Amino acid sequence: MATKNAEAHAAVAKKYEWGFATDIEQDFAPKGLSEDTVRYISAKKNEPEWMLDWRLKAFRLWQTMQAPDWAKLNVPPIDYQDAYYYAEPKQKKTIASLDELDPEIRRTYEKLGIPIKEQEVLAGVEGARKVAVDAVFDSVSVATTFREELKAAGVIFLSISEAIREYPDLVRKWLGKVVPQRDNYFATLNSAVFSDGTFVYVPEGVRCPMELSTYFRINAENTGQFERTLIVADKGAYVSYLEGCTAPMRDENQLHAAVVELVALDDAEIKYSTVQNWYPGDENGIGGIYNFVTKRALCQGRNSKVSWTQVETGSAITWKYPSCVLAGENSVGEFYSVAVTNNRQQADTGTKMIHLGKGSRSTIVSKGISAGRSDNTYRGLVRVAPTAEGVRNFTQCDSLLLSDQCGAHTVPYIEVRNPSAQIEHEATTSKISEDQLFYAMSRGLDAEAAVALIVNGFAREVLQQLPMEFAVEAQKLLGISLEGSVG
Amino acid sequence: MTMLTIDNLHAEIDGKPILKGLTLQVNAGEIHAIMGPNGAGKSTLGYVLGGRPGYEVTEGSVTFDGEDLLDKEPHERAAAGVFLGFQYPVEIPGVSNVQFLRESLNAQRAVRGEKPLSGAEFLKVARAQADALGLQQDMLKRPVNVGFSGGEKKRNEMVQMGIIDPKFAILDETDSGLDIDALRVVGDGINRIMRRPDKAVLLITHYQRLLDYVRPDRVHVLADGRITRSGGAELAHQLEREGYAEVAA
Repeated sequence: MATKNAEAHAAVAKKYEWGFATDIEQDFAPKGLSEDTVRYISAKKNEPEWMLDWRLKAFRLWQTMQAPDWAKLNVPPIDYQDAYYYAEPKQKKTIASLDELDPEIRRTYEKLGIPIKEQEVLAGVEGARKVAVDAVFDSVSVATTFREELKAAGVIFLSISEAIREYPDLVRKWLGKVVPQRDNYFATLNSAVFSDGTFVYVPEGVRCPMELSTYFRINAENTGQFERTLIVADKGAYVSYLEGCTAPMRDENQLHAAVVELVALDDAEIKYSTVQNWYPGDENGIGGIYNFVTKRALCQGRNSKVSWTQVETGSAITWKYPSCVLAGENSVGEFYSVAVTNNRQQADTGTKMIHLGKGSRSTIVSKGISAGRSDNTYRGLVRVAPTAEGVRNFTQCDSLLLSDQCGAHTVPYIEVRNPSAQIEHEATTSKISEDQLFYAMSRGLDAEAAVALIVNGFAREVLQQLPMEFAVEAQKLLGISLEGSVG
Repeated sequence: MTMLTIDNLHAEIDGKPILKGLTLQVNAGEIHAIMGPNGAGKSTLGYVLGGRPGYEVTEGSVTFDGEDLLDKEPHERAAAGVFLGFQYPVEIPGVSNVQFLRESLNAQRAVRGEKPLSGAEFLKVARAQADALGLQQDMLKRPVNVGFSGGEKKRNEMVQMGIIDPKFAILDETDSGLDIDALRVVGDGINRIMRRPDKAVLLITHYQRLLDYVRPDRVHVLADGRITRSGGAELAHQLEREGYAEVAA
């Protein structure tokens, strides 16, 4: 065992595989956060007056608020004045196709193996499954593909900055309606300084003809990322949205405070899948992204459905609870999560299922995998309002431990105010078994491949919820995240 | 030609000596049976040869194909051609048999510098082996050993052996938990897969009955961590008649 431990430690010390930085001149907002910063961002984006006012209102509110401290996280103090709030690649004119994209950016994507390089898709080769990529490089959308085809279907898929200019009424109708400005400290901050993000509108009765995908990437030193995503599925509409991200290696912590709002009207369905691989920091917990994300869906319509699937492997600190407000009668909320923590990573993640509508149903499947000296907490709320008859919830939380120095915690909150509700909660915690490891190794797999195989099996229920485009990437990622974690 | 040489092997678990100077030689083309009472160290021998962590070799050596076997990690032993059939095959939830075996086999092939088998190539091999061992095809898609009966698990070990096609197999109580029909199928499987001039088998068993189907070239009695007696196939019958206490003393 001694040799295996040494091997394991050597492998743990392996550098973050995708840690490289792209050399592109940045156009920065002045350092620090003030009303001037907010005005600068708004002006940079040629925003209308109402948008600036909305931001300023949020900023003033934020100044009166405190960062939350209830999560099981140890968050170092963040100096909000010692950061930049806006950066865009120096590329002024908008481009018509990805061929015109800065080659440096293209190379970065290619190193990451991002499907944007799928030339056949870009060239519109028939038969290839189409993935529209609204590529967000740092804070500005530098390229948007397939806009025309989507437009023909009536689907609006734009950067949120463009949407604010081109579809102000739609944006204004829903922005901040699911996650109000005052929702929480980080959401309020985002409302004030969000730099860019994505807007999707799928009109009544339309099934979006392709999976929509945005790749986020933090690329500027000390630049906080404040993405804002708003997806509205009108009556009977369907859309599947993929969000994935990796970040280059940095020594200084980077704050990421995104807000995602989803709205599903009658009979509409939104499937939102995330693979999160921000830089997690080194083996001593130096560096890494602070990921404070507010994601919430409003299932407003009857029979509406929202399904969140997340594979969280990155970030030094993850604070994230993709939730569903199940307001519509017979609406459905789902949350499938794999959260991996290694080394010194901390994750406090889970979901909230707020049952307001009669007959609303929710399913929660959470798989936590802890290794190294990390801490991994599932925190989930199931709330049933007094008026919500016939609600059903099923929750399953499984934790897998890969070391004896890591932590796994399950914190369920169940608030039921209607006696007709059926709530089920199952939880397990187990340590990866030596029998399994030896069995797999005796068949020819090395220690890392054996761990990856067993962990992927453990997470299978969640991984199989991912669209094919993501499932393979996610499986690889689980293995990479846990390299050398067994000793 | 000598395939495996075990010389004066001493091994312990948690400081407790189990193997106490075991010496054994297996040539290519031979099937050897290791028999012995409970607690003699039979399974320990299998695990030590497989490289299980926690089994500390304190003295002696094991040479396989002219190389030091004990120096290798378990997966390197597999790639070198050693297969360990488990007495209690392990469940791996969420991982299909097909995925497990294809990844394992391709990992071995990579070490040996062979190109990986494609999904289709692999499935062809896997299906043929499952058929030969009377295992339902859908078993290949099910998670490894999850929900399998004892007999199915043992058959599955043989399917794995057939797919991996090793040079040398250590089969630890593969006969336990099998009814008489399954015993025949497994026995036929061992003969079909392993009875070759360039292969060898170490059959670890408590009972003689598997040896009715797989005729050993040599039979060894393992007692208190050492080989106390060796002989031909007839020794197994003698053990069955007279008991270990009598024969091994």
